[in-house]
Amino acid sequence: MLETQKKGRYGEFGGQYIPETLMTQLEIIDREYHRLKNDSSFRAELNDLLVNYANRPSLLYYAKNMTEDLGGAQIYLKREDLNHTGAHKINNVIGQALVAKHLGKTRLIAETGAGQHGVATATIAALFGMECEIFMGKEDTERQKLNVYRMELLGAKVHPVTTGSMVLKDAVNATMQEWASRIDDTFYILGSAVGPAPFPEMVHDFQSVISKEAKQQLQEKKHTLPDMVVACVGGGSNAIGSFADFIDDPSVQLVGVEAAGKGVDSNRTAATIERGSVGIFHGMKSLFLQDQNGQIDKVYSISAGLDYPGVGPEHAALAEEGRAQYVGITDDEAVAAFEYIAREEGIVAAIESCHAVAYVQKIAPTMRQDQIIICTLSGRGDKDVASIAKYKGVEIDD
Amino acid sequence: MTKLKQVFTNRKAFIPFIVADDPNFATTVKNVVALAENGADIMELGIPFSDPSADGPVIQDADLRAFAAGVTPTTVFDIVAAVRKQSQVPIVFLTYVNIPFKYGYAQFCRRCQELGVLGLVIPDLPYEERDELAPIATQYDVDLIPLITPTSDRRVEKIAKAATGFIYVVSALGITGERDEFAHNLTQLIARIRQYTDIPTAIGFGIHTPEQAAEMSQIADCAIIGSAIVDLVRQHGTDAPEYLAAYTKTIRAAMDAAATVQKAANY
Repeated sequence: MLETQKKGRYGEFGGQYIPETLMTQLEIIDREYHRLKNDSSFRAELNDLLVNYANRPSLLYYAKNMTEDLGGAQIYLKREDLNHTGAHKINNVIGQALVAKHLGKTRLIAETGAGQHGVATATIAALFGMECEIFMGKEDTERQKLNVYRMELLGAKVHPVTTGSMVLKDAVNATMQEWASRIDDTFYILGSAVGPAPFPEMVHDFQSVISKEAKQQLQEKKHTLPDMVVACVGGGSNAIGSFADFIDDPSVQLVGVEAAGKGVDSNRTAATIERGSVGIFHGMKSLFLQDQNGQIDKVYSISAGLDYPGVGPEHAALAEEGRAQYVGITDDEAVAAFEYIAREEGIVAAIESCHAVAYVQKIAPTMRQDQIIICTLSGRGDKDVASIAKYKGVEIDD
Repeated sequence: MTKLKQVFTNRKAFIPFIVADDPNFATTVKNVVALAENGADIMELGIPFSDPSADGPVIQDADLRAFAAGVTPTTVFDIVAAVRKQSQVPIVFLTYVNIPFKYGYAQFCRRCQELGVLGLVIPDLPYEERDELAPIATQYDVDLIPLITPTSDRRVEKIAKAATGFIYVVSALGITGERDEFAHNLTQLIARIRQYTDIPTAIGFGIHTPEQAAEMSQIADCAIIGSAIVDLVRQHGTDAPEYLAAYTKTIRAAMDAAATVQKAANY
């Protein structure tokens, strides 16, 4: 018997494990996306919005103070925090919203963890004149009040999700359910490199602008490839975008930094690749934090954006092949990095991104001065100031 | 013909659904026996999953009660073993794919075969992904029950042609839970399925009154009721068996009455 060629697989990972109600829609999106992907007018439309609305290209900034202080490899920061709406999320939202527009959809729904993806989706919905509803774990609406208000200001309706552990995973469940009950006019803009095919592929493609630019920018400045690319990983969207254009350059070491919470070996962690096992959830076969019976674990991180029990299927495959390494950074280390980069470089970076910064602080001193690290700052940290202050025992009236 | 398909040869079938270990082991065993003795043709038993993406709040809450009782897949197999001392009612499981995946597909199906569990309904295992489980299920005489929905459209043909046991026809979009309105095109949907297969069809999602069950069993071969029964379990806890027995009788009576009327109309 002929084995049907499986769509959207990365080795054994990926696939389309999703209720039948959504399958016809997924087929339509898959077909339309693959048509648009190679359509020059779609690419021109996308590029125009990235340049003239989202403020691309983002800077590749030489972090001189950090480089000198750490005394090892040269550190370049890919400044996704300088994009419109303050994070890398907008790259993917513009792309998927354009696909939605081409499909004749008038309503966008999305999950959000830290709120950055929700804000980006609400922003593009406002720009395109579309309806917008955002699903956010109730616990995250409390951790990220400012972003909730931003989304509402942009005209979106924010639904606090009160099922399960009330964080990102539960927001994804709720958005999937909403999509299954209203498909005709609605497009689910998935924010991370997760979910059923073709979502991980779309997110990869739309976020790959990060590494395409970074490669070219470093080429112009230093006429060379980086030795290492470092990015934080929750579901893995900014990391896959940061890695994408370097995957076929074997000399470039790729490092994904997961949120270890209170420690990789503690039970309050979100270090999926280090601690997880193969499972099937949220439409994909990948690595998940789960118990021996296959029940998905409650995970924990100080960062709402990394507080996710799974990881995108392409990351699971890159880890298995050994093409990328994945390491854990604890809450304490990330908070220290949040303060460090603010003082050294005058940059308040998102607590998610500070997991990557913390790893750079550890690894750069062990490397030679002629070596180069590119670290992606996936977002800005304004949203985190109040909660970091609280973590440090400072009361701010927010 | 598989054992499951044979169930549908005599009368319009009724499939009630409950969540295993809600609220506890002993009550679940009694509930299954009560349902089987009062008109259930097949028993659909839910193995709870932490993130039941196709289920509404009533079944989600039942899952939480089962988790509070400490349910695991092994507990559910033990429940079926206990039922088997009193009843040989055909049983199918409803669960999410990560549960049998983690248990090991072969071990899971072997255990099903040993206990007379004849089929698996897995909402997050669509046609495209069934190949990783279907051959193993077949090996252990377990039918992989496919779902067809009002949005299946051109997918109906390939799903129907590959179906064994019965086809679970989803009556509405969205998630499980009681409804007063169903998709308008159910009759056409069943007719379309009939073009490709003679495998029986069972309609589920939202049915809660005897009238709805009778109506759906006239359109299809079977009616499935979940949330309404699970809600009785919530209300009556360990006293649920007698209420489930009474409810099943009213459903059975309504379905049989509708069948008699239809038979008379056909003369």
